[in-house]
Amino acid sequence: MAVEKITMPQLGESVTEGTISTWLVKEGEHVNKYDPIAEVMTDKVNAEVPSSFTGTIKELVANEGDTIAVGELICYMETESDAGAAESSETVDKEPEKETEATEQDQSMKKRYSPAVLRMAQENNIDLELVDGTGRGGRITRKDIEKIITSGEIPKPSASSVQEEKQPTKVETPTQPVQPKPAKPLPQSQAGDVEIPVTGVRKAIADNMVRSKTEIPHAWMTVEVDVTDLVSYRNQIKNDFKQKEGFNLTFFAFFVKAVAQGLKEFPQLNSMWAGDKIIQKKDINLSIAVAKDQELFVPVIKNADDLSIKGIARDINDLAQKARTGKLTADDMQGGTFTVNNTGSFGSVQSMGVINHPQAAILQVESIVKKPVVIDGMFAARDMVNLCLSLDHRVLDGLVCGQFLKRVKEILENINESTTNVY
Amino acid sequence: MPVMSYIQAVTSALKEEMQRDEKVFVLGEDVGKKGGVFRATDGLYDEFGEYRALDTPLAESAIAGVGIGAAMYGMRPVAEMQFADFIMPAVNQIISEAARIRYRSNNDWNCPITIRAPYGGGVHGALYHSQSVEAVFANQPGLKIVMPSTPYDAKGLLKAAIRDNDPVLFFEHKRAYRLLKGEVPEDDYVLPIGKADVKREGSDITIITYGLCVHFALQAAEKLAEEGIDAHILDLRTVYPLDQEAIIEAAKKTGKVLLITEDNKEGSIISEVAAIISEHCLFDLDAPIQRLAGPDVPAMPYAPTMEKYFMMNPDKVEKAMRELAEF
Repeated sequence: MAVEKITMPQLGESVTEGTISTWLVKEGEHVNKYDPIAEVMTDKVNAEVPSSFTGTIKELVANEGDTIAVGELICYMETESDAGAAESSETVDKEPEKETEATEQDQSMKKRYSPAVLRMAQENNIDLELVDGTGRGGRITRKDIEKIITSGEIPKPSASSVQEEKQPTKVETPTQPVQPKPAKPLPQSQAGDVEIPVTGVRKAIADNMVRSKTEIPHAWMTVEVDVTDLVSYRNQIKNDFKQKEGFNLTFFAFFVKAVAQGLKEFPQLNSMWAGDKIIQKKDINLSIAVAKDQELFVPVIKNADDLSIKGIARDINDLAQKARTGKLTADDMQGGTFTVNNTGSFGSVQSMGVINHPQAAILQVESIVKKPVVIDGMFAARDMVNLCLSLDHRVLDGLVCGQFLKRVKEILENINESTTNVY
Repeated sequence: MPVMSYIQAVTSALKEEMQRDEKVFVLGEDVGKKGGVFRATDGLYDEFGEYRALDTPLAESAIAGVGIGAAMYGMRPVAEMQFADFIMPAVNQIISEAARIRYRSNNDWNCPITIRAPYGGGVHGALYHSQSVEAVFANQPGLKIVMPSTPYDAKGLLKAAIRDNDPVLFFEHKRAYRLLKGEVPEDDYVLPIGKADVKREGSDITIITYGLCVHFALQAAEKLAEEGIDAHILDLRTVYPLDQEAIIEAAKKTGKVLLITEDNKEGSIISEVAAIISEHCLFDLDAPIQRLAGPDVPAMPYAPTMEKYFMMNPDKVEKAMRELAEF
C-alpha cells in the first residue's frame, strides 16, 4: 500500500489554476486508473480530472468551489501496490547539490579588486590592505567600502596613529616614502651591552622623527639676538612675580610671546603642508617640547597670541607640571600649529630642530650667553641668544623666514621695563 | 480599484480604445466570433461587430500586411498573431514596410499599427507555442517593442501602443495571462513607452529583466530578503529602444548586476543591456555582469524535464541572485 497525491493537472496552455466544480468521488471510494474523479472549471475550459492510479480515495483535500493552482494537491489516494509510486507525477527534481562552499579561511579573492572598490578606495584614501572583505574568498565588496565610508572609520596603518600625531593628517601624500630598508644588517649586541626594547613613547618618537625627516625637506636659519634689556627687566621683577603669582616668570615665556606676535604678522609660518595645498592656520597654537626622563612630550599653548606674558608663563608652568606628573591629556597635545623648543635649558647654543609633522617650522631658543659685542666701536658685555629656525622648504622660503626672524629679534630687543608689561 | 488578471487588462485596454476611437479595430485568427484562443478579444465582436473584430485567414503576412496598409491610410489596427512563434511569415511586412515607411517617405507616411502576440514558455506548449521572438526585431529602428510584466502595465502600455503613431510590437506572456493578477484602474490611463520601471528598491544586487521573469525575480527577492539580501529590480517594460538612463542608474545603484531573460542567451535583449552597462558603469561595477537566460538551443522542448531545464523559474533566479550577492 502506498499513499499517492493527485494534483491539479495542466488544462490548457495559459491555464494556471482551476476551480473544483464537483467531486465525482467520495472518500473511501474505489476508483480505477483514468476514471474521472472531479470536474474542474477554468476560464478556458471545463474538464474532468482523471485518476492517475487505481486505488481508494483517502482524503479530499480541496473542497468544491476551491480554486487550486496547477500542480497543487487536490486529494490523496491509497494505491494497491508500490508500483504506482513509479508513476507519481511528483517527480522530485534532482537539483545538483549545492557545492560545498570553500572554507571560510579562503582568502583567494582578497586582492582581486573590482573597479568600484578601487575607485572608492582611491577617492577616500582607504588602504585596501587594511580592509577585511566579506565577499566570496575574502573579496572586498563595494558594500564593505561603503560601510567604512559611512561609518567614517577609515583604517590607518598603526605606525602613524601615535601619541604625538594627534593633529588631523588629512592627506596621506603619495610622496611619503616607504620606510627605507636597511641595506646592511642591523647591529648585533655583544656581551655586556644593554638592550632597550623600543616601545611606547620611544617608538612613537622614532616613527615621528623618521617621518618628519624623510617627508619634510628641512632648511635652517639662525639669528643672534641681544636680550640684555630683557634679562635685566626679567631679573628685576622675577622675585616679586613669583611671590604674587606662585609660579616662575621664565625667559621662555617672553620668547613664546614674541614668537606668537611674529606669527600673527607672518602667518605663512603658521601653516601646514597638505599634499596639493598649503593650509594656513587661523589659530596660533604653540607646541612646546617638555622632556621627562626617557620621554618627550609636545603639549600645546592654545591661542598664544591672546595671552599676556604672564598667561603664557602660567600655561608653560601648568603643562610642564602635568607632563612631569603624567597628567597630560590628548587634548593638551592637540592642535599645535608651530613649535617653540627651549633647547637653551640644556645649555645648547646652536641646534637644528626636527620639524613637528605636519607643522611647517620649529624655532629653537638657545642659551642666553654673556658675550663681548661691539657697539658703536666699543666692546660691551651683552646677553646674547641664538634663535635657530628649521623650516619646511615645501611651504616656506628663506625670504619670509628671514623677515619673521628679524621681526622676532626686533620685538625681543625692545623688551624692557618701559615698553613691556608682563600682565 | 478592481483586481484583474493580465488578460483581462489586455481585453479592457482593447475595449476602451475601441470605444474611444472608432478607427481602432482588431484583426487576427479567431479574434472575432470566438474572442481569441486565449479570450483576449472576448466580447469585442459582440460590442463592435464583424467589421471591427475581423477574423482573418491563417496567413500572418496578410494579417500584418492588411494592418499596415490600413494604418498607413489612417486607421489604428491592432493585429493579433495567435502565437508569437507564428510571426515569422510576417517579418518581412513588419521590418521592411512598417518599420521603414516613415523614414523611407521622409515623414510623408507613417504606420500606427499595434501587433499583439502571446510569447513565452512554461506551459507545455513545445516548439511552436513557447518561443520568445523579441530579439529578432530588436535592432530595427522604426519599431518599438513593449513587453509588460503586470496587468497594470499591460493596460496602460497597450493603450499607449494603440495611440502611438508608429508601429509597436506588443508581446504578452501567455503564462502571465491567468497567473498574474493585480489592481488595475477602471478609468483611462496611459503609461509611457520607452520607460523602464523600478519594481523593487534594494541595495545589494540589481536585477534587470522584463516580462514574466520580473515576476520570478520578485518572488525570489522576497525569499532572499529573509536572508538579508536586498534586491533592486528594474523592469525594462520596453525592450526596444531601451531606457538607457534607467539601466545605468539601476546598475550603478549596487554595482552587482544580474540580467534575466527566458530567451536564448546569445544575442538576446539582455546582451544589449550588458553592453550599455559596460559602456557607462565600469567604475561602479563590483562584479562581472551576469546573464541568466535560456540555453542556446533552437526552441523550448516538449518533454517536461527538458522544458524545465530550458525554462526560467524562481529557483533558477534565486540561485543566481544568491550567488551574485555572495560574490
